[in-house]
Amino acid sequence: MKRSATPYLFLLPYLAIFALFWAWPILESLLLSFQNTRVSPPVWNLSVNWGRILGDAAFWDALRNTVLILVIQVPLMLALATALAVALNSQLLRARGFFRFAFFAPVVVGAVAYSAVFRLLFNQNGAVNAATGLDLNWIFDPVGAMAVIIITLTWRWTGYNAIIILAGLQSIPKDLYEAAEIDGASPWQQFWRITVPSLRPVLLFCLVLSIIGTLQLFTEPWLITNGGPGTATTTLGVYLYRQGFQNINFGYASTIAYAITLLALVFSIIQLRLFGRES
Amino acid sequence: MKRRLWWRSFWLHLFLTPLALLWLAPLWLMFVFSTHPETAIFSTPTPILPSNQFAANLQSLQSDTNFLRTLFNSVMVASIYTVLSIFLTSLAGYAFARFEFWGKGLLFSLVIATLTIPYFAVVIPQFILVAREAKTLLAILIGMAVFGGIAALLAWLRFSPALGRVLWVGYALAALAYLFLGVPALREAMTFDFRLTNTWWAVILPSLANSLGVFFMRQNFLSLPASLLEAARIDGAGEFRIFFRIAVPLVLPAMAALAIILFLASWNDYLWPLLVLSDREMQTAPVALGSLIGLTRVSWGGIMVGAVMTTLPFLVLFLFLQRYFIAGITAGGVKD
Repeated sequence: MKRSATPYLFLLPYLAIFALFWAWPILESLLLSFQNTRVSPPVWNLSVNWGRILGDAAFWDALRNTVLILVIQVPLMLALATALAVALNSQLLRARGFFRFAFFAPVVVGAVAYSAVFRLLFNQNGAVNAATGLDLNWIFDPVGAMAVIIITLTWRWTGYNAIIILAGLQSIPKDLYEAAEIDGASPWQQFWRITVPSLRPVLLFCLVLSIIGTLQLFTEPWLITNGGPGTATTTLGVYLYRQGFQNINFGYASTIAYAITLLALVFSIIQLRLFGRES
Repeated sequence: MKRRLWWRSFWLHLFLTPLALLWLAPLWLMFVFSTHPETAIFSTPTPILPSNQFAANLQSLQSDTNFLRTLFNSVMVASIYTVLSIFLTSLAGYAFARFEFWGKGLLFSLVIATLTIPYFAVVIPQFILVAREAKTLLAILIGMAVFGGIAALLAWLRFSPALGRVLWVGYALAALAYLFLGVPALREAMTFDFRLTNTWWAVILPSLANSLGVFFMRQNFLSLPASLLEAARIDGAGEFRIFFRIAVPLVLPAMAALAIILFLASWNDYLWPLLVLSDREMQTAPVALGSLIGLTRVSWGGIMVGAVMTTLPFLVLFLFLQRYFIAGITAGGVKD
């Protein structure tokens, strides 16, 4: 095709906005992390923020809480989502519409709305204690508060992941199962020998999406537990918000943001490695 | 054989039914609580059937925060955002799908790479730009409009290749000069008071740099038969005419799916609107609701009314348009 300005005209409006609100900010965040922003005007200081973050107990606390949610909630949710997707895909299932609605509906519910609901449900005088006969003060107990966050996230995101996995399931050729059936493979064997290997790329995609999402977790801990009690549910997102927008320290908040970005990058590279071996 | 299948089906439903009810419980209780007086929400046993206090709860919500006004803000922000974003991402997605041009691979990987970059990496500079440097932002946006217009004009006039190259180099130099010299000068010249915080635009503008939409629209434009567009090209139709008259009508269902996802994301967005909207009259509904959650002496029945009013329209929509929601959600996942 001949050279022409037309493609650039199609791209121009989007790229201008993209450059202004994504490309430049990614760079500026990095620059800010090397500035002392607690003086006016900010001055360059290569070590003030990065030196601080290494010795900042509150940051490591937030990192530990985030990783804790990551290693407990994400595998739990993906296992449940896979089971759900297989169940929803089953030819034997009746009232499919009802079940799909029940598990997929949380996808459209806003974080503020369901955070408010879960905060109420896990109140000491709330529905969960009333239904189970427990007398736990969930929100004000370090372990209980973490459990509430994990339960809330699982409620919200399991159906979302099940939707993606279900789409993956439907692209597995049917004759694989028919052949296995003829060979006398049980449903259990079919699941482990056909379904799980075929779903591997989809599951990896869900995994990376969930990891990046968890690394940025903010709204749920902010509204349900306010990061507490103490710092028990202070995630990296909550800590960044406090440093950036309550203490107004943009330099240090940018450093935290870049630490999160580096973590996400590491996980993405690990995923790429796993993918690379596959194809 | 039949018997074995019956048992499998039995176990499947035995496992799935209680789980489904458990999953629906928070939504059902949200609705039930919105119709009960405060005392009932915290009583044992928990009420599981609706009562008749919805209007009273709405009234206390309305007096805690001007909720109907914030709903209006939410509708306007989400609508304007959706329309603009569909327009921008369709144009860009079409360019990536249908044209070969210099820098295409690099630009596309740049846009797609942001899908794996956490939002936090940009939120602070975005905030500085919108909240602290609104005049700079205005000067840049004016420049974008002017230079965009000039670019369209240059393309439309179709100069000879040699002259065209000279003009485009001059254009690029002028744009750079404007960015580094014109913008600061214009900013200084703005003696009037200009703020973006507490406006709809503060929420809308940064989210327009949405890369999922570009990816999604590119996928859909790629799936169109090339011969169709080629035929129109041979008939002498301009590229923009081909885009609007032929390509866009063919991807309307995909656009609807994208519109639903974008509208929903904007409607439910919390962190960014929280940062740039402090004025109670200008807040979106989630920000207003969120501001009530931390407070004591607040009507929880009212908060549940707010939760129901922001959720229910989408639950109903989801019931009827599930296909579109799911198309939007699986966009990044399975294909490619």
